[in-house]
Amino acid sequence: MRLKDLATGLAALAIAAPIAATAASAYELTIPSLVYRTGPYAPSGIPFANGYADYFTLLNERDGGINGAKINVVECETAYNTQQGVECYENTKNQGESGALVYQPLSTGISYQLIPKAEVDQIPIFTMGYGRTSAADGTIFPWIFNPPGTYWDLASGMVNYAAAIEGGHANLSGKTLALVYHNSAYGKEPIRTLEALAEKHGFKLELLPVDHPGQEQKATWLQIRRLRPDWVFMWGWGVMNQVAVKEAASIRFPMDRFIGNWWSGSEQDVLPTGGEANGYLSGTFHAPGPDFPLHQEILDKVYGAGKGAGEKERVGEVLYNRGLIAAVWTVEAIRKAMEIKGSNEIKASDVRDGFDQLKVDEARLAELGLPNFTYPVELSCASHSNPGTVLIQQWDAGAKKWNVIASGIQPDREVIDPLIAEDAAAYAKEANITPRECNN
Amino acid sequence: MLYREAGQFKTTYDADQAIFPIAQDRWAVIAFAAIAFLVVPFFVNDYWTNAVLLPLLIYGLAALGLNILVGYCGQISLGTGGFMAVGAFASYKLMTSFPELNIAIVVLLSGGATALVGVMFGLPSLRIKGFYLAVATLAAQFFLVWLFNKVGWFYNYSATGQISVPERSIFGLVVTGPTAAPWVKYLFCLSFLALFGLIAKNVVRGRIGRNWMAIRDMDIAAELIGVRPLQTKLSAFAFSSFYVGMAGSLLFTIYLGAIEVTEVFGINVSFLVLFMVIIGGLGSILGSFLGATFLVLMPIFLKNFMVDGLGLLPVLAKHVEILLMGLLIMGFLIVEPHGLARMWQILKEKFRLWPFPY
Repeated sequence: MRLKDLATGLAALAIAAPIAATAASAYELTIPSLVYRTGPYAPSGIPFANGYADYFTLLNERDGGINGAKINVVECETAYNTQQGVECYENTKNQGESGALVYQPLSTGISYQLIPKAEVDQIPIFTMGYGRTSAADGTIFPWIFNPPGTYWDLASGMVNYAAAIEGGHANLSGKTLALVYHNSAYGKEPIRTLEALAEKHGFKLELLPVDHPGQEQKATWLQIRRLRPDWVFMWGWGVMNQVAVKEAASIRFPMDRFIGNWWSGSEQDVLPTGGEANGYLSGTFHAPGPDFPLHQEILDKVYGAGKGAGEKERVGEVLYNRGLIAAVWTVEAIRKAMEIKGSNEIKASDVRDGFDQLKVDEARLAELGLPNFTYPVELSCASHSNPGTVLIQQWDAGAKKWNVIASGIQPDREVIDPLIAEDAAAYAKEANITPRECNN
Repeated sequence: MLYREAGQFKTTYDADQAIFPIAQDRWAVIAFAAIAFLVVPFFVNDYWTNAVLLPLLIYGLAALGLNILVGYCGQISLGTGGFMAVGAFASYKLMTSFPELNIAIVVLLSGGATALVGVMFGLPSLRIKGFYLAVATLAAQFFLVWLFNKVGWFYNYSATGQISVPERSIFGLVVTGPTAAPWVKYLFCLSFLALFGLIAKNVVRGRIGRNWMAIRDMDIAAELIGVRPLQTKLSAFAFSSFYVGMAGSLLFTIYLGAIEVTEVFGINVSFLVLFMVIIGGLGSILGSFLGATFLVLMPIFLKNFMVDGLGLLPVLAKHVEILLMGLLIMGFLIVEPHGLARMWQILKEKFRLWPFPY
């Protein structure tokens, strides 16, 4: 009898839950969030997911959504696994009256999976600073957006920083650069650019792959000790980052010659190593820390009301800020879409048009409570990644905080643009795509 | 009452040797197949196909292949992921090198290529057994994945090592790529599974299957009665790898469309398929399907029930799901160590006697 009651109760709940969710009368915007709060990539996935969620919660709490339309963030756990990512995508793409408006997969593997599907389902994919580099070509990838920069911009920016420290590009000649990378599509992404740059500047490139999930790197760092490279670049993610920093410290590799990419430079990556991680460098495209008006507002209105997605103390971590800026750009694209359509009842294809004309300048950033937080972004039909400028931040182990030490580093367009054109053309040929016409 | 063979007389050898000698079984299977082929395609949508049915059919095929090797021939293998990768990469190379080749033939040829690789890695089985063989096949797993990640030729020197499937059609219907209709993909995989399920069922009942089982039960005795271990063991490796290779090929071409070898064909896939075989039932065709159903559908069901039904946070649901899956596997294996297929058999026996058990 008891069991039967429980079963009926569960069944009733199962039926009632979706009804309760759809009862809201105003137009609702569904934004799926493919997160990974479990598995070996959770240390990187959690803060990003929290930042992404908190901004939407703030808008719902403060403004009642975007232009009066509530935002419904649907989280789906992928564990950074492609098959679960596909399940999440299929599960969420038709949810709510708006349908899924935009995806932020935060995984190169899932991005590659979704790129062809998005075109067919007409849903934009916002792969912010990751995913397929050549998606920067909007004529061939109309549904994919990867501002504010690609991995190739980043790789080139990191080389330019190294050149500046060495005292000019000429001094790079004869130097050795080791790339420690996650042995996957993600980690291999910068190799093509670095090879081209190695040829141009005459430095030697050593490739050192680290297999998933990256907990075992003894052999890699032994090799680095033997090779004695002048610079080590790292394309890591999740657990791999902290292990690499620890190993680098244990072979006493100079931390100020060790640069992680913008996914390898957050608090979790350096804190486990303690004081020896002092001076570790990483690329980034926004400022670290919680000292912006927007953060104060989130702490006030979201965490104050007990609706925060994570812990209060972790607001302002590097990856939290990354999730935050991802949400900010997404919302700006949605606003643009509403402006173009003249109504807030937008669909995914409208959001794509919004992204096509996304423009967030410094004045707008200041308005949003993020003055001097990142670079202005302006996309167009043809250019889906912009501006590609790289910042370099350094870890201060004493103060336990990241500091931006170099900004405004421009990538080497001469090298990257032809590579992007070549790769995009190869994709177009493979997938039978005729590039669309762009007026601007 | 309903399930009773009384009154069904077998008057010919054909009737006596039928795959399903009991009429009720036969009708049930025919009805099941008819529903799967004729009814389900009208109801599938993107979600059901891409998230539920395709993985179910493809892992069913892989589990069937592994069951031939582990369950029927008694040769343990931890290289399933690697062999599936062989199938996937063979398909990719075939599709990009010979664009006019029919996709069904590509899948079959990929199976064939995998069979060759399987035989090669099966050679140590003539010398070593049990856990030692498991380690040898584990080497195959790591070697193959490393190979496909390292040698650019296999992924046509793409910058990232990802392979993605070109669009192919059969009978004018697009089967691969993002524009393929869900029911086409479903029917394509289902046809392979049904056809090769039938072939497997017949092979294991025949001379070859009996040889495998003789080797499994006691290899020295088998050798004494004239079963040749070399041919028998290698044929089991070939058969098994053929199925696993086709599964890998379908996984890449139909289901995922773009894959990265280290992620999709890692060691966890080898274990997953092995668990399907163990939970489903070693040495049972039905067991392979039941095991695949359990391990593919259960997590999705639990997740949807907890997240959409009970409204739990996705992350909490994920943790509970991992916990529950472990408990369920342990529970099933304690209740019936011979797997789900054996449970089904016991249930059938009970039905035969019902309502008058003695």
